[in-house]
Amino acid sequence: MGTPRAFEFEESLEGLAGPRPWAPSRRTWSAVARRLLRDRRALLGLAILGIVATGAIFAPWVAPYDPAAQGQEMLLPPSLKHPLGTDDLGRDLLSRIIFGSRVSLFVGITTVLLAATFGVSLGLIAGFYGRWVDMLVMRYIDLQWAFPNFIIAVGLVAIFGTGLVNVIVAITLAFLDDFARITRGMVLAIREEEYVSAARAVGASDRRILLRHILPNTLSPVIVQGTVSISYAILGEAALSFLGLGVKPTTPTWGLILNDARPFFTTAWWLGVFPGLAIMLVVLAINFVGDGLRDLMDVKEYQEARR
Amino acid sequence: MKRYILERVAYSLLVMWAVATLVFFMMRAIPGDPVRAMVGFEADPQTVAQIRHNLGLDQPFLVQYVRWLLSLIRLDLGNSIWNQQKVTTLLLEALPRTLSLATIAFSVAVILGIPAGIVSAVRRYSLSDHIFTVAAFLGLSMPDFWLGILLIILFATKLQWLPAFGYEPISAGIWPWLSHLILPALTAGTAFSAILARMTRSALLEVLREDYVRTARAKGLKEQIVILKHALRNALIPVITVMGIAFALLLAGSVIAENVFAIKGVGRLLIESILNRDFPVVQGAILVIATIFVFMNLFVDILYALINPKIRYVE
Repeated sequence: MGTPRAFEFEESLEGLAGPRPWAPSRRTWSAVARRLLRDRRALLGLAILGIVATGAIFAPWVAPYDPAAQGQEMLLPPSLKHPLGTDDLGRDLLSRIIFGSRVSLFVGITTVLLAATFGVSLGLIAGFYGRWVDMLVMRYIDLQWAFPNFIIAVGLVAIFGTGLVNVIVAITLAFLDDFARITRGMVLAIREEEYVSAARAVGASDRRILLRHILPNTLSPVIVQGTVSISYAILGEAALSFLGLGVKPTTPTWGLILNDARPFFTTAWWLGVFPGLAIMLVVLAINFVGDGLRDLMDVKEYQEARR
Repeated sequence: MKRYILERVAYSLLVMWAVATLVFFMMRAIPGDPVRAMVGFEADPQTVAQIRHNLGLDQPFLVQYVRWLLSLIRLDLGNSIWNQQKVTTLLLEALPRTLSLATIAFSVAVILGIPAGIVSAVRRYSLSDHIFTVAAFLGLSMPDFWLGILLIILFATKLQWLPAFGYEPISAGIWPWLSHLILPALTAGTAFSAILARMTRSALLEVLREDYVRTARAKGLKEQIVILKHALRNALIPVITVMGIAFALLLAGSVIAENVFAIKGVGRLLIESILNRDFPVVQGAILVIATIFVFMNLFVDILYALINPKIRYVE
């Protein structure tokens, strides 16, 4: 199952009813983008993400210090010289958080892209071909559905071992079932649509029907799930790193900075507060955007927009 | 109803079997030699052969699998490589701590979440609704381990109201037991309570539009009775469905909370044994956590059927 699909619970009650009967064309995408920018919360989310992403990309120029440079000024509280203070080795906390955003965002985005690619493919195949393929895929999805993604990721790290690549593989596999489940449900409904029968009647191949007629129509819920999943993947990576099951200790990531700071929480509060604040800010921003997207892609809203 | 319960029980046992099988394959899927991975490359070949024999890894695959299932039925999970203790002993020591934590976390989440949801729905768009909405959003966006850290900094270090680490058994007294669990329970339960609050709000809003609520009001019943007796009861049905999913979140949160607050529960045992590459304990801990999930899901399914007559009567 999954972990926290929290934000979509409210929608999930009515939202499961059927497919959204539209395929995104280029024109509709720009309409979505334009309307998203009119949503104040989504705009705030996008702005935060833009700032964080810029910081991550240009980290060597943005960060005031080398994140690994140790100094004599250890455990300094926030000051003008070190806006977020320093850690036990005299390293500048702000610089470490800016560099840490690189791994956190990279893991979040990569794992969700991978999980979506494999999960959607699995869902497409299961929903389209049905029978034993579907049964097999569904049994697997049901099994994984019974456990939270985070626990699955921990179990997988136990097998693969720690390190960046293993963490990415573990989180990808843990999130895969969410995408497969959503896509399969959509395909089952879309498969019966008239335009699919029409395509089949004019002799389109399975491949063409799947990729040109069915896949585009499954995308909007996948995109919404994807946005939410990125925030959970970032939280997952942070938690794994915090538990010592994440990336190697030499790479600064938000979870790892917090793990390193464990012995000093009681004496140097800033080491405990700021890295977590960074995680929360990004997750909050992603959820704002995700909520905005969900509202936009709702079928009723959309039809009004199309008129 | 009886048939429904039997079906769910059978399905749960099937899932347990599947999990046991997966764990069996996991042990054998470890890249390289699992025994070497456990004891390191410096260990002498004799020790390695001994451990391999003790774990039964020198037997044919199918024999290993059948033995594994049989030993599970006997509740024999082997010994820890780290300290030679029986895995079942370690787990039995850890389990009460995890269950205590999960129970308190669940109670905290329900006590905070459901009333917040009711207030939000009844006073929709009021100041308190907005405050609860923002709080729920923050609760869901906050990494749970970080919330734990903040709670330690505030309540244990600055205010010194509650202990920051460790666990006291309930035999040591109610307060020592409870005081060690309040902060971990908040850590594990906040996300869950945020979900409960949002869910209760939207379900109650939906129900308040129904005809029978209008009828109840028209009869001149007090608003309190309309909401608590007529509306809430129906609104809680979808909330309970979510509880199964959200309970998983709570247990995952407990794993984290145990590690932040140094409570030697199943979650801490799991992480420690992963770090020590103590695979028999890893196996055992995963199985215990999986069992809790499976039976929790079973419990929620049955509870749901009991509450919702639509399911009860479909046979």
